[in-house]
Amino acid sequence: MEYIIKNGIVYDPLNEINGEVKDISIKDGKIVESVSESEAQIIDATGKIVMPGGVDPHSHIAGAKVNVGRMYRPEDSKKDVEGKGTSLRSGSGFSVPSTFMTGYRYAQMGYTSAMEAAMPPLLSRHTHEEFEDTPIIDHAAYPLFGNNWFVMEYLKEGDIEKCAAYCSWLLRATKGYTLKIVNPAGTEAWGWGGNVHGIHDPAPYFDVTGADIIKGLAEVNEKLRLPHAIHLHCNDLGHPGNYETTLDSFDVPKGIKPNPATGSRDAVIYATHVQFHSYGGTNWRDFVSEAPKVADYVNKNDHIVIDVGQVTLDETTTMTADGPMEFDLHTLNGLKWANCDVELETGSGVVPFLYSPRAPVPSAQWGVGLELFLLIEDASKVCLTTDSPNGGPFTRYPRIISWLMSNRLRKDMIENQVHKWAQRKTSIATIDREYDFYEIAQISRSTPAKVLGLSDTKGHLGVGADADVAIYSFNPETQDPSAEFEALEAAFQKAAYVLKDGQIVVKDGLVVNPNRHGRTYWIDTVYNPELEKEVESEVERWFKQYYSVNFDNYSVQQEYLPKSVPIGGWSK
Amino acid sequence: MSEITLTPKEQPQVPLEAQNITPDSFAGKSIDEIKATEIWHGNIKTKIEEFFEVAGEPSENPSEIKIIIDGDVNKTKRIGQSMTAGEIVVKGNTNKYVGAEMIGGKITVEGDAGSWAGQDMKGGELTILGNAGDYIGSAYRGDWRGMSGGLITVHGNVGNEIAEYMLGGKMVIKGNVAIMPGIHMNGGVLIIEGNVVARTGGEMKGGIIVVKGVINEFLPGFEYLGIEKDIDVEGEIFKGAFHKFKGDLATKGSNGLVYVGVAGNNHIVPDKR
Repeated sequence: MEYIIKNGIVYDPLNEINGEVKDISIKDGKIVESVSESEAQIIDATGKIVMPGGVDPHSHIAGAKVNVGRMYRPEDSKKDVEGKGTSLRSGSGFSVPSTFMTGYRYAQMGYTSAMEAAMPPLLSRHTHEEFEDTPIIDHAAYPLFGNNWFVMEYLKEGDIEKCAAYCSWLLRATKGYTLKIVNPAGTEAWGWGGNVHGIHDPAPYFDVTGADIIKGLAEVNEKLRLPHAIHLHCNDLGHPGNYETTLDSFDVPKGIKPNPATGSRDAVIYATHVQFHSYGGTNWRDFVSEAPKVADYVNKNDHIVIDVGQVTLDETTTMTADGPMEFDLHTLNGLKWANCDVELETGSGVVPFLYSPRAPVPSAQWGVGLELFLLIEDASKVCLTTDSPNGGPFTRYPRIISWLMSNRLRKDMIENQVHKWAQRKTSIATIDREYDFYEIAQISRSTPAKVLGLSDTKGHLGVGADADVAIYSFNPETQDPSAEFEALEAAFQKAAYVLKDGQIVVKDGLVVNPNRHGRTYWIDTVYNPELEKEVESEVERWFKQYYSVNFDNYSVQQEYLPKSVPIGGWSK
Repeated sequence: MSEITLTPKEQPQVPLEAQNITPDSFAGKSIDEIKATEIWHGNIKTKIEEFFEVAGEPSENPSEIKIIIDGDVNKTKRIGQSMTAGEIVVKGNTNKYVGAEMIGGKITVEGDAGSWAGQDMKGGELTILGNAGDYIGSAYRGDWRGMSGGLITVHGNVGNEIAEYMLGGKMVIKGNVAIMPGIHMNGGVLIIEGNVVARTGGEMKGGIIVVKGVINEFLPGFEYLGIEKDIDVEGEIFKGAFHKFKGDLATKGSNGLVYVGVAGNNHIVPDKR
């Protein structure tokens, strides 16, 4: 099928197109120079916004802990229920939607790619099984490396080559995409009933620190020539005074040269949900936002890209591999708590959370997130996320877009809707900046696509890109987003059209073509075949001693990936 | 008051889900429109008239409507769900979720009610003249915020985990109770006139439970505060002598009170065992 999207107002930052009226031609699932007007189907986008399909670089959508969230929160399932349609599956869940609904909800917003940000290697089969039932969106999963016994053992021995060989093997075995680091050394310490504080506090037994792990894995990342930078969830999440740890962590990989085999990222570190890591003070009484200092660091340094983890002021479900942090949260709010230790690899926890706009801390967190968005000057360094569902569900992205584009709405919220801590503890009330649609396209499309190393085919509308296109019923030439923020949110919640690989999947906000598998991106690299053999035999020995599964049952077979897209690193 | 009578035809094997049988849903509808009101038969949409004869006087205002279900509807769930005003009388047994999420008005079930009656109730009055099942006046599955207002009265016996996560309002059980009444309770008043099998007020944080009958087994997490006579529970005086307990200390910051009639209950008092 060929399409021409005619007369749309196009925002395509990677090709520096800023609101030009332009036709987009599509053939065989790709953007092409032109197609024959007589044969192509015409989509009239006159007076509408046209953007590349959205790319979510950090979300929790598939795998064991997401499923725990679904299972132990029936009261959340009740809040958003989708009945069976003629071709749609039924589903439910507001903060943790079921798999099919996850695919539908992303697509309805014009998002065509979303990444699962924390996959325990041992549970990667489960993650890929859920991907198989999450329709439409392209995806990848980030295996957890930051508290892995092998990584820590090789780093303790100072053997960076073996560490690289192990990482290369594990990425292949789990069909994973990046080196994800969560509370490095801290989740391992949680296995001993403790935590680490800062990046210089060593894990028990292994005696390596968060800084050692970040530096070691950043070096490995560039040795393996991976498309994405190391993906870091810093230590001390959510604790007042943690911004110093955050800035120290950002500095660790500085000086390492980016060396991706594909894509064109400049960053060597991607720091996630930085909102939760930008707090000053020593406790929740003298707590104050240090987002301006964190934003200033990002403004002055080119080796880093961040995402925000915006708090959306909803009732949601928190879930992370940061086990000790979830225990802290459970003791704070007293709500139900799930916890898991994943053998030699990582851990995780799940706790429901209410970010009430009337409560002081959530209101301040809301302000901290918006400060990061608005004080980081260059939208090519910041990505739109809520760390879904931790700060709030991904279905709130349109609302965040309205907050970013409308100072009027923010002022009204600060004065009338949120607790006064938003003004007292953060500088949000003093910031008047409003994003334009170009910047919105950056934080939700081009910036994540580029830092993920997928910008050859994703996050833009140039010739050769995958034909993932979102069309929104909002006319920037006649409508003012600052004034018409409600219409803006509605337009981005339910796109007029969404095309995925050149096929219409959403029309008038409804999913019309749900029976499609998204691509699974994964890293297919062999760093050093001989060394990897040696490492594999060591790993096998540890499996016999410590793992509850057999080595031969560990690796995820290609059969689990209905639309497998291997991406080469070192050897390719 | 306008009366609308629903006379059940043959009750189906697969239960009906009838959350639309409320004064709110009937208000402003003609009798023909009420007949055509949607209910669910399993996973199939159907109409009230498929399973009920409908007759009576319609009204614009829900508080003016009294719905009489003239017969046994033991296969009909969710009667009166979320109703805000008016009255429903069921002249027989009913299935689960009668009066769930009720906000106002009055429901009387003359026979027995199934489980989850008055789930997550916020206001109004629910009276069951027969027995009722488990989870009467409890929270939605998984939720930690249960019944917050209104009055539930059961004249017969009830099952397990009634008043689970109760936050407010009042529940009176005139008969006997199985295990775990008032589990996770955090407010409100639960009066049990009959006996309790075990685990009264497990993990309760707040609220008041009064048991007039005999408790077979009591939990160890309660502090014994001695005997109190003619107790005053939110303005209502209960005559006689009661053992007074505070707990459940298994839960942090717990401040719940359990009064247990002295007669037949010395075996649950620590120094009298």
